[in-house]
Amino acid sequence: MSTEHASPRETTEGAVYTVTGGDWEEVVQSAAKADDERIIVNMGPQHPSTHGVLRLILEIDGETVTEARCGIGYLHTGIEKNLEYRTWTQGTTFVTRMDYLTSFYNETAYCLGVEKLLGITEQIPDRASVIRVLLMELNRLSSHLVCIATGGMELGATTIMIYGFRDREMILDLYELITGLRMNHAFIRPGGLAQDLPPGAVDAVREFVKTMKKNLPEYDKLATGNPIFKARMQDVGYLDLTGCMALGATGPILRSAGLPHDLRKTDPYCGYENYEFDIPTADTCDSYGRFLVRLEEMRQSLRIVEQCLDRLEPGPVMVGDKKIAWPAQLALGPDGLGNSLDHIRKIMGTSMESLIHHFKLVTEGFRVPAGQAYAAVESPKGELGVHVVSDGGTRPYRVHFRDPSFTNLQAMAAMCEGGQVADVIVAVASIDPVMGGVDR
Amino acid sequence: MSDETPNPEKELSGQNLPGQRGDHGEEVRVQRGMFGANNGGDTSGYGGLVRSVRLPGPAARPYGGWFDEVADELEGALEEQGLLPDNAIEKTVVDRGELTFHIEREHLVRVARTLRDDPALRFELCTGVSGVHYPGDKGRELHAVYHLRSLTHGRLIRLEVSAPDADPRIPSLTAVYPTNDWHERETYDFFGIVFDGHPALTRIMMPDDWQGHPQRKDYPLGGIAVEYKGAQIPAPDQRRSYS
Repeated sequence: MSTEHASPRETTEGAVYTVTGGDWEEVVQSAAKADDERIIVNMGPQHPSTHGVLRLILEIDGETVTEARCGIGYLHTGIEKNLEYRTWTQGTTFVTRMDYLTSFYNETAYCLGVEKLLGITEQIPDRASVIRVLLMELNRLSSHLVCIATGGMELGATTIMIYGFRDREMILDLYELITGLRMNHAFIRPGGLAQDLPPGAVDAVREFVKTMKKNLPEYDKLATGNPIFKARMQDVGYLDLTGCMALGATGPILRSAGLPHDLRKTDPYCGYENYEFDIPTADTCDSYGRFLVRLEEMRQSLRIVEQCLDRLEPGPVMVGDKKIAWPAQLALGPDGLGNSLDHIRKIMGTSMESLIHHFKLVTEGFRVPAGQAYAAVESPKGELGVHVVSDGGTRPYRVHFRDPSFTNLQAMAAMCEGGQVADVIVAVASIDPVMGGVDR
Repeated sequence: MSDETPNPEKELSGQNLPGQRGDHGEEVRVQRGMFGANNGGDTSGYGGLVRSVRLPGPAARPYGGWFDEVADELEGALEEQGLLPDNAIEKTVVDRGELTFHIEREHLVRVARTLRDDPALRFELCTGVSGVHYPGDKGRELHAVYHLRSLTHGRLIRLEVSAPDADPRIPSLTAVYPTNDWHERETYDFFGIVFDGHPALTRIMMPDDWQGHPQRKDYPLGGIAVEYKGAQIPAPDQRRSYS
């Protein structure tokens, strides 16, 4: 084993370090010498079936995987560090980019944490909470659709991929209508939402629910009873309840082991206790069970979306406290979404105090009393927790995300070792890791 | 500006000054000045501001709700094992509806095992470890924060362990909660906390031969200034800060 570190090379720009991948070459060489049959395969980090830049290091004996390890960190972007240099409100713009398939969950978890620190959890307007739930459940649908679509594609089932992305496209259109963006919304803010639903959004969501109710059974017809699909999925990626608890696996993986644990029921937030929905489980502990759980969760999400639409009452979408509420008003102009001209006219023309207030809140931000808080939401992948620490300033002192993809990916070795190489892809797909969330 | 503070701390509790946490809480840092103006040339007067950063201090009984039950059970269970609770539990903090036990690092594994196995406690799920670096909190600069969830009882508690920068060692919890494997590697990578007993404590996010631990407060953010037409915007960590 090499213990060398990269040595600095002095240039006119300063010291330059050439960073390499450690002792990988030596490991490969010594392994190749030891046994003819035993080979080590580096799957990824640029393999299409590894959901981004996940590197799987597999030790293979014939067709059997004897040891499996993950190499992660290829998508580390330092989001947690960056948050410490921006205001609390700017934070949502960063966290929405972590697990880019579950943006609204990242934003909500972060905002719930900040609101807990501020002590304004009770003051969040109902309408804001209902819209948060609505967006999160739409997000659950779109995330599960990607999981099922890409999972199918990795098995060679391209039809299910086309179906999944077709339906997800409709949800992205709804996001675009509501937030202005298909991804990376930064729409949920500490204290409420960036703005209210635009006209026509409720009708568009209703229309979508109708279409989706027609489309969801197609997945059943295509996959659920399909003998090839079942043969590839059943008993693959096995992880029982004991394994889940030990490895901290949550979400569909835990529910496919038979435990109906869901934070929406056990530790409700955003008013989830007022909605009617079931927690689907399976008892097979395998990839097929996870597929069934995800499919049923999409039906339950549609139920919740419908209830959200019925519960929407007119009202504010931001806390009343003017020391916290984002002052800018957005409006759709001819050149896209931007500051409302009426608002600008008011602060620039008639109210000096409003201008000062706007300027202070937008540049300086609000202060958050010192302390720490933990908030968790049930993301499509499991428990998404956020640990926020404030030192009383206008910027976070420390924000840590417990991303479910990161924790669940640890179970990869337990699921794959002793199985076939081809089953590794199925098992990883059933974990549904998104590297943006794993590496942050 | 001279080094002398025109505003000694005792005056801070004056009635005309913004609300402070007063004398309660544990001081972790004293913040001087504003806008990052601390190297002379400050004519705004803000350079003289003094703010002590205090985190919530120990709570007194009763803690309220199920907090007392958990605290009683934990103390009882530790006593049964022949460990004086006062030796293991440094302090108990109740803040914002959350219960935090500050644990002495040498007893962390025992406490975690008790929390997991005792039928009245049953914190089966650990959601990993988060590090926090308080350079101003002398002798306990590095904190490791664990959140434990009990599915049986539907509860969530927090354990906090501290270690000095000079000896950044905390026992590993991987034997009790195997899920902490990657989490401890991440915290080691970002803070340099060495988790004793971890099976393979290596970097996980940064390259193997990276130097330094990026999430520590003494590690700069980096970044370059952005040039717009006619203006230059400094890198994020060079911009003025309001706190």
